Amino acid sequence: MKNNGWVKKFRSFVFENKVMLLFVVLTTASIIISGLPLTVIAGSVFERFGRNGFLVLALLVPVLAGLGLNFGLVIGAMAGQIGLFFAILAGINGIPGMLVSTLIATPLAMLFGWMVGRLFNRMKGAEMIAGLILGFFADGFYQLFFLFVLGGVIPITHEGLMLPGGIGVKNMIDLKGYRMPLNDGSGGETVKGFIEGAFDKLPIGDLITAITIAVIVYLLVRGVMVMMKKSTFGLRDLALGIAAAVSFSLLQIPAIKQLLKINNLNFLTTLTIVLIVIAVWQMARLVYAFILHKREGTEKTDVEAKSPSDVLSQSPDQKFLQKSDSRRSLLILLLCAVIYGLTYIPPIRTIMRFIRIPVFTYMLIAGVCYFTRWLLRTRIGQNMRTVGHSQVIANASGINVDRTRVIAMMISTVLACWGQLIFLQSLGTVATYTQHVQVAQFSIAALLVGGATVQKATTKNAIIGIFLFHSLFVVAPEAGKQLFNDSQIGEHFRVFISYGVIALALAMHAWKAKIKPNLGISAVTGKNDKDNSKIAESS
Amino acid sequence: MEQPLILSMENISKEYFGNRVLNQVSLQVRPGEIHALMGENGAGKSTLMNILFGMPVIHSTGGFDGTIKIAGEEVKISNPNEAMHLGIGMVHQEFMLIPDFTVTENIKVGRETGQPTLLSESLGKSLEIMDWESMSADARRALDLIGMNIDDYARIAGMPIGYKQFVEIAREIDKKGIRLLVFDEPTAVLTESEAANLLDIMRRIANRGIAIIFITHRLDEVMQVSDQVTILRDGELVAIKEIKDTSVVEIAELMIGRKVDKLVDQCEDTRTLSDDAIALELKDYEVDMPGEAVRGIDIKIREGEIIGFGGLAGQGKIGIGNGIMGLYESRGEVKVFGQTLDLEKLGEALRHDIAFVSEDRRGAGLLLGESIERNVIFSALQIHNRFTSRIGFIRVLNRSESKAHTQEMIELLDIRCTGSQQKTGSLSGGNQQKVCLARALTMNPRILIVAEPTRGIDIGAKKLVLEHLLRLNREQNITIVIISSELVELRSLCDRIAIITEGKINTILKPDDSDADFGLAMSGLKKEMVTK
Repeated sequence: MKNNGWVKKFRSFVFENKVMLLFVVLTTASIIISGLPLTVIAGSVFERFGRNGFLVLALLVPVLAGLGLNFGLVIGAMAGQIGLFFAILAGINGIPGMLVSTLIATPLAMLFGWMVGRLFNRMKGAEMIAGLILGFFADGFYQLFFLFVLGGVIPITHEGLMLPGGIGVKNMIDLKGYRMPLNDGSGGETVKGFIEGAFDKLPIGDLITAITIAVIVYLLVRGVMVMMKKSTFGLRDLALGIAAAVSFSLLQIPAIKQLLKINNLNFLTTLTIVLIVIAVWQMARLVYAFILHKREGTEKTDVEAKSPSDVLSQSPDQKFLQKSDSRRSLLILLLCAVIYGLTYIPPIRTIMRFIRIPVFTYMLIAGVCYFTRWLLRTRIGQNMRTVGHSQVIANASGINVDRTRVIAMMISTVLACWGQLIFLQSLGTVATYTQHVQVAQFSIAALLVGGATVQKATTKNAIIGIFLFHSLFVVAPEAGKQLFNDSQIGEHFRVFISYGVIALALAMHAWKAKIKPNLGISAVTGKNDKDNSKIAESS
Repeated sequence: MEQPLILSMENISKEYFGNRVLNQVSLQVRPGEIHALMGENGAGKSTLMNILFGMPVIHSTGGFDGTIKIAGEEVKISNPNEAMHLGIGMVHQEFMLIPDFTVTENIKVGRETGQPTLLSESLGKSLEIMDWESMSADARRALDLIGMNIDDYARIAGMPIGYKQFVEIAREIDKKGIRLLVFDEPTAVLTESEAANLLDIMRRIANRGIAIIFITHRLDEVMQVSDQVTILRDGELVAIKEIKDTSVVEIAELMIGRKVDKLVDQCEDTRTLSDDAIALELKDYEVDMPGEAVRGIDIKIREGEIIGFGGLAGQGKIGIGNGIMGLYESRGEVKVFGQTLDLEKLGEALRHDIAFVSEDRRGAGLLLGESIERNVIFSALQIHNRFTSRIGFIRVLNRSESKAHTQEMIELLDIRCTGSQQKTGSLSGGNQQKVCLARALTMNPRILIVAEPTRGIDIGAKKLVLEHLLRLNREQNITIVIISSELVELRSLCDRIAIITEGKINTILKPDDSDADFGLAMSGLKKEMVTK
């Protein structure tokens, strides 16, 4: 019996994750065939994760709201490129350059997202195909804008950016900036518009300073709220305050300041830091649970006196929860220890030392993950889930379906715009007319490889998917060269794969939907309504 | 002193494109009572409820006449949300539940309680964090109120149907200020014990002062729990009765009521029906048609007979015709003139000279974008290769033959059209029905199955279609099976009428049996059970 159950479970696991498993096999085989050293592969996969992570995560919200995979990502990416162009044109460097790009691009992305959302509301059920075609359509406008409007309508003089005739933008924008004469008459030159690596190469010290300032601002706002008697200070505020004070004072020590000038960590260090943080956090939870447990033990007699039935119905649950919570914490601690132990195995250690982690970019990706989860806990998130499951029910429950869908599209488009900016600052050049074209396709393929479907996608799917998909991307040309003596075949192979994955996932979705009949679409009174409407329609 | 009425709908009239579906109907509900609302399909119950809930169907078709008062105050309800705010709730027949959500999530859908946060204070309520703890406590309370012992964190998917119904009820009860609950055929999908349980719960809810409108076809349940009953027929108010002053038989009679004596003028009957000449025989016949499942039918239909299948929507009568034609999967034995049909093969019935006029004229009956001619010859062309001529080894359409035949049919059935090339989509309902009939006749059938022959067509056309069916039977000796929700129609034409309830034959009646017999049969009661 038990054995049978396991077989069944295993089978359903394989069935549910067939796309992902297929890719694990494919990727492993390609890695072996390509003969590339793992250090090289791991290094470039982690680099690509930093570049693409944000874009893939931008897909999650529309899936949640039942809009399917957002092929409209392309439009967000266009907004990002428009913002970046103007920041470079203005000759702003580094972080301020990125901020200006974001400031220009975000309102544009919001507007585009709103329009796309409105359009999708008019063609419910065909959002994906609409998004795909819309991407091609918008590309036309994009080209008109960059080829003619810039320079042709809006006068622009910038030798580096514009085509020789002065109308239209060159098909390559260099984020390493352009040499410009100084205005002070000295005849010297300076580089303007240097944005490459603005996020990737942000020194850690600056980052910590910025976070500390953000925390202080947050605490000030909280303080104002407390004074307005809208809230009270809690334990969390205290902890944040202490952390901010400690980090601020530590930063004043010159040695530490010097140390934190580096802008990236290797994976080994990152992992160690993350493990330590998790371990400390879980220990704190354990201690907290222990204190709570003791306190409750003393209170218990009171509760029992009040009403025996209450205790019966609730207390075992609570106790169970706490016990499993503590057990989970212990398990996580153990896992941390094991993982840390694994890093001492020599080959793993070498590979990990080769991987560079751009700290700020990875933090931003973690931020989107957190944002998506946070959104799920809010009212708008719950509304999105309801709309995603059944528009009929959402409507009947007084949820504004169309508005919810538009908001989901706006969030996705804005995230796509930011994601494209992060991608570009990491890459260092912009192919003006082609950079955005395949953004949606590759992001969607990555998400699907991670086991997501048209109806369900999680941050976990996104992260696994990016690693698998981009591993294959990295090794495919070399594997093609080894197998067929032609790296071009590997190139073709990866394009084929990305389309293939999307087609496969969509076909499987259609197949699944056919098996599972949809929820009733009838209005208030079900069947009889149909008769009425038929009468109405034919007479 | 009379208690004030919780709901009073007065002189409600409603037209759909000139078709009057409600005429001066009133409905009065006292607080804390269970008020049964009864009537056949098409009597206007659903329309009345749609008006009460302000459904868009009503307002997009020109609104309605009459007044609605809630607790003595006149109100205007222009959308379901407003109805909800007035304390009116509905327990749907097809559940409005999300399978992937938990019980609590379903109960609270659209009405979640939130905890304010820093962001929600400044950017609006939609950024509040959901307070699941207090919500599951609310859900628990509502579930306890109806005595339901399910976990509030269980998922809906995989629950038995009875439980889902209780979750629906719990959701309505949890709404603030609920005063009136509408139960739309709540027991139709439940097993017997579940249904009994549900009636208990309804009583319990009513005892808390919440009024209930109970829409059902089951007379015994009405007698069991209701205080009052309002009966509608053809959009008219027939009677309002206190349950204690009435009987099952009386309600059944009131529901059916003979409207017109005969729809069709009799013509000479020279047929001899014999039990030896059986045209169609069904044995243990089952059809898996969603919503109209047939669950075991045995009947012998004599050659030359007109037999009717009647009964309420959803009971399975529609499934019979669709099953025989092979449109849905079926099991059992079907014999046509002694030959057994291979139920696996599509088109088998057509090859055995059975023709079918579908109830779904626009969906399964007609190629709306094609001409009358194509529609008329289509089946015969496909099955018998008629209207074709050979050129070498290729068969091509014989245009002149098909045109001549269509012209003949147009004259025979009096199809009003601009010519045989007119698109069927642009014809009126009655004429579309005639085209369907013409196609069936082109097959030269020996058995003709007609489902809902007069649905959605006006009274004049109705008479023509029915008379023509009668003539076909009398003159050409075609055996006819009529499946219809309109009893009058069946009683005007048929030799025997089988009433289908829950996928089985309840009773076979003669057209001149009493109204009460028909009423009782349609509510799923057997005669013996009532007299007992």
